Amino acid sequence: MTTNILEMRSITKTFPGVKALQDVSLAVKRGHIHAICGENGAGKSTLMKVLSGVYPHGTYDGEIVFENETVAFKSINDSEASGVVIIHQELALSPFLSIAENIFLGNEQQNNGWIDWNKTNMEAAKLLARVGLKDNPITKIRDIGVGKQQLVEIAKALSKEVKLLILDEPTAALNDEDSAHLLDLMKHLKGQGVTSIMISHKLNEIKAIADEVTIIRDGKLIETLDMHTDDISEERIIKGMVGRDLGSRYPDHTPNIGEELLRVEDWNVYHPLDHQRRVVKDANITVRAGEIVGIAGLMGAGRTELAMSVFGHSYGHNISGTVYKNGVKINTSTVANAIEHGLAYATEDRKRYGLNLIEDIKRNISTVGMHKIAKRGWVDSNQEIVVAEGYRKSMNIKAPTVEALAGKLSGGNQQKVVLSKWMFSDPDVLILDEPTRGIDVGAKYEIYGIINRLADAGKGVIVISSELPELIGICDRIYTIFEGRITADVARGQTTAEFLMQNMTQERDKDKR
Amino acid sequence: MTTETIKTGESGSARKLFGGGNLRQFGILFSLIAIILLFQYLTNGLTLSSGNLINLVSQYSYILILAIGMVIVIIAGHIDLSVGSVAAFVGIVVATSMKDWNLPWPLAILFGLFVGMLIGAWQGWWVAFVGVPAFIVTLAGMLIFRGGNQLIGNANTVPVPPGFTTIGSGYLPEVGPYTGYNNLTLLLGLIIVIAVIWREIRARRVQRIMGSTPSPLWVSVVKVVLLDAVVIYATFLFAGGRTGTSFPVSGIILGVLVLVYSFITRNTIFGRHVYAVGGNKLAAELSGVKSRRINFLVMMNMSILAALAGMIFVARSVASGPQDGLSWELDAIAAVFIGGAAVSGGIGTVTGSIIGGLVMAVLNNGLQLLGVGSDRVQIIKGLVLLIAVGVDVWNKKQGRPSILGFMTRNRKTTPAPDEPPMVVPDSGTPDTARPPASMPS
Repeated sequence: MTTNILEMRSITKTFPGVKALQDVSLAVKRGHIHAICGENGAGKSTLMKVLSGVYPHGTYDGEIVFENETVAFKSINDSEASGVVIIHQELALSPFLSIAENIFLGNEQQNNGWIDWNKTNMEAAKLLARVGLKDNPITKIRDIGVGKQQLVEIAKALSKEVKLLILDEPTAALNDEDSAHLLDLMKHLKGQGVTSIMISHKLNEIKAIADEVTIIRDGKLIETLDMHTDDISEERIIKGMVGRDLGSRYPDHTPNIGEELLRVEDWNVYHPLDHQRRVVKDANITVRAGEIVGIAGLMGAGRTELAMSVFGHSYGHNISGTVYKNGVKINTSTVANAIEHGLAYATEDRKRYGLNLIEDIKRNISTVGMHKIAKRGWVDSNQEIVVAEGYRKSMNIKAPTVEALAGKLSGGNQQKVVLSKWMFSDPDVLILDEPTRGIDVGAKYEIYGIINRLADAGKGVIVISSELPELIGICDRIYTIFEGRITADVARGQTTAEFLMQNMTQERDKDKR
Repeated sequence: MTTETIKTGESGSARKLFGGGNLRQFGILFSLIAIILLFQYLTNGLTLSSGNLINLVSQYSYILILAIGMVIVIIAGHIDLSVGSVAAFVGIVVATSMKDWNLPWPLAILFGLFVGMLIGAWQGWWVAFVGVPAFIVTLAGMLIFRGGNQLIGNANTVPVPPGFTTIGSGYLPEVGPYTGYNNLTLLLGLIIVIAVIWREIRARRVQRIMGSTPSPLWVSVVKVVLLDAVVIYATFLFAGGRTGTSFPVSGIILGVLVLVYSFITRNTIFGRHVYAVGGNKLAAELSGVKSRRINFLVMMNMSILAALAGMIFVARSVASGPQDGLSWELDAIAAVFIGGAAVSGGIGTVTGSIIGGLVMAVLNNGLQLLGVGSDRVQIIKGLVLLIAVGVDVWNKKQGRPSILGFMTRNRKTTPAPDEPPMVVPDSGTPDTARPPASMPS
């Protein structure tokens, strides 16, 4: 008979004007892996911050019972002392310190106030063995990959004699191999009696390792499903997350494809720092009016490099090749030129390249098309509000007013602001780089709808993505790219995820010669 | 004051009363009023006397002019440490040009602005096109132009002719019938009174046309009455000074610059691009903003304003000396940060900086009136800067805009929406959880 290691009872947490959590009660069984899922902004992270003392006792209502005792964590130190350790999605490691130093940061292995380096490194090595990491403990953090860094975080948690390990989107930044290893490790730790809570968007991972899954929506606990007794499908979980059946994850769309809009010929780009390295090799792509074209490639395959170099030479060195718009050769060597010729590029990294987070929605939207609401350099701020208000309604940006700061929006709404910004500039060809990355299921569906509307308006849309089902679901045609070279060009309905993956991971035979 | 013409969302009517703007600025405005009232009480009415007010304006106008340029530099994400030295350098160049070359003073002023522009172009080139941080470029400029001042003037003072002094120590002249007051100052006050009313009427009209709900009529009326009462009171103080004094010419220059630059920062493409570059340079560049051009112009503009400030100071002190403009940069920077700008760029307003500068000016002036020594004045000013920004940072951590703004907001705002808005403060999954953007290494 399993007992509950943790019970959170009627947790309510309010921020000024916002109820982030409402009467949430959660029970976690000892020795289980408990998954929590929900859309972005649903309150998952807030719940975990309440549990770990980031929001101290007293700033929320409700009760937390851990190991049969009511606890009142005032800080992270309190919760860690009780054996609750949270690993945030943003890893909190110091890049210039060694693995061992990071593991014992704040918990130094000391001897009368002096750090005992032998003990530090030996203990670290033992912990690393437990997480299956063979690296030397004196290796600097910046010299190991992000997958290994995640394992170091877990080793650090183990050093604190963790009883309840909370992982916030642990595999969000990892590749498939590292993810698989991490999931194995979690199962292994479960065998050693460590209870885990895992926040995740990845339903296949939840299915693979979780014992229970709790679904949170709009700050409320919707349901907790037992993964063993019921046969829980991914669709079942999605339904709980969005509160409705997604008949299809992709909206229906009948393409109406016209003339060729954009053609990129013999495009070559060299790495900006390593001038010998060619990151895009003789790429040729075309987009027609009303067409949604996918570019499938793994990270580092050259997809973003291709897009950004075409868009105003924003990336790369010694760029060569030709861009034709409506059959006429155009110059896209600066961003301003590219925009003038009707190109738009919505970045994969919204926060770094896409938005001014400390500025409000309306000013973000007006950035590119500002000349349209200005006369001789003077901006009509009333017109600006009207324009932004229009996009807030048509794009369904969930914010009280267009004066809300972009940085306070959830990922999906931020993406809608980025798309609004580019739509307002009225481009002919939009390059959308990972348009649904970090966005929850409901918002993804809306983004797909927007992409379809753009195509219906006669624009050419290029969608770069590493999610193959997404590309197959929305694109009329898909290119694959591998090591900077376009390896396949296939029409919708004539391809499978397996075929695409094959071309994303190897060159075609004829190119190998 | 800002001219936020239309608000789509509900914001506190107390804020609307003062023409919108952010709560932080609102708090600083109340601090300024509180400080004025405090010193008015402590100095037995000396603070708001005609003589002192006139003196205050002519004594601090050049710092406030620097603050206008500085806030734009800081919004763009830079800093300018050279303004004091540039002011001193231009001052001596202009003084020498009039003394040695017999340049007529109006031409000398243009010449001074031109020199300021050249200096600004020099510094802007290093910042924008070479990519040296503005801190370093202007630290170098601080040394270069201080040295340049002493080189040209042989570390001596150079006097300036009487005509030139108008811009620093001139007043609105006496014209028209004898009224016991300075007629032009009264006229100026009248124009501002009418402008305040006109602006409010226009704002309400625009709101109606745009189909958004205008704030209640009483808000507009109270706002106009309050503002105009302050303007009328100040007008009579300035107009009723000692014979021969009235509203200073330097104050008029300052007023025009404030109007022009508020408008530029808020309502021009250039101004918006400054905020965009300061807020997120990479995103701005990928949106087609020419960030190098913006940085160049921002730095150049600062030096032009520094040149103007330098000339006004020289005109006021009737000579240019080797110690002119010492530590002005610090006063200007302090004014900007008290006025609510962010050290990291992207946030700040001209109006806020002027209010911040006035807080420092009134404080300085009031303490001097009380006979507090300059040693203690410096300590107090330092603490005020620290506390003002400290309160701001602390409030941001608490998720509140500012103490005064918070108090007034609680008292008279629309109630919080019943339904939680979808903007959740810490909505999950920052993209930073991902590995760095695909830049293969």
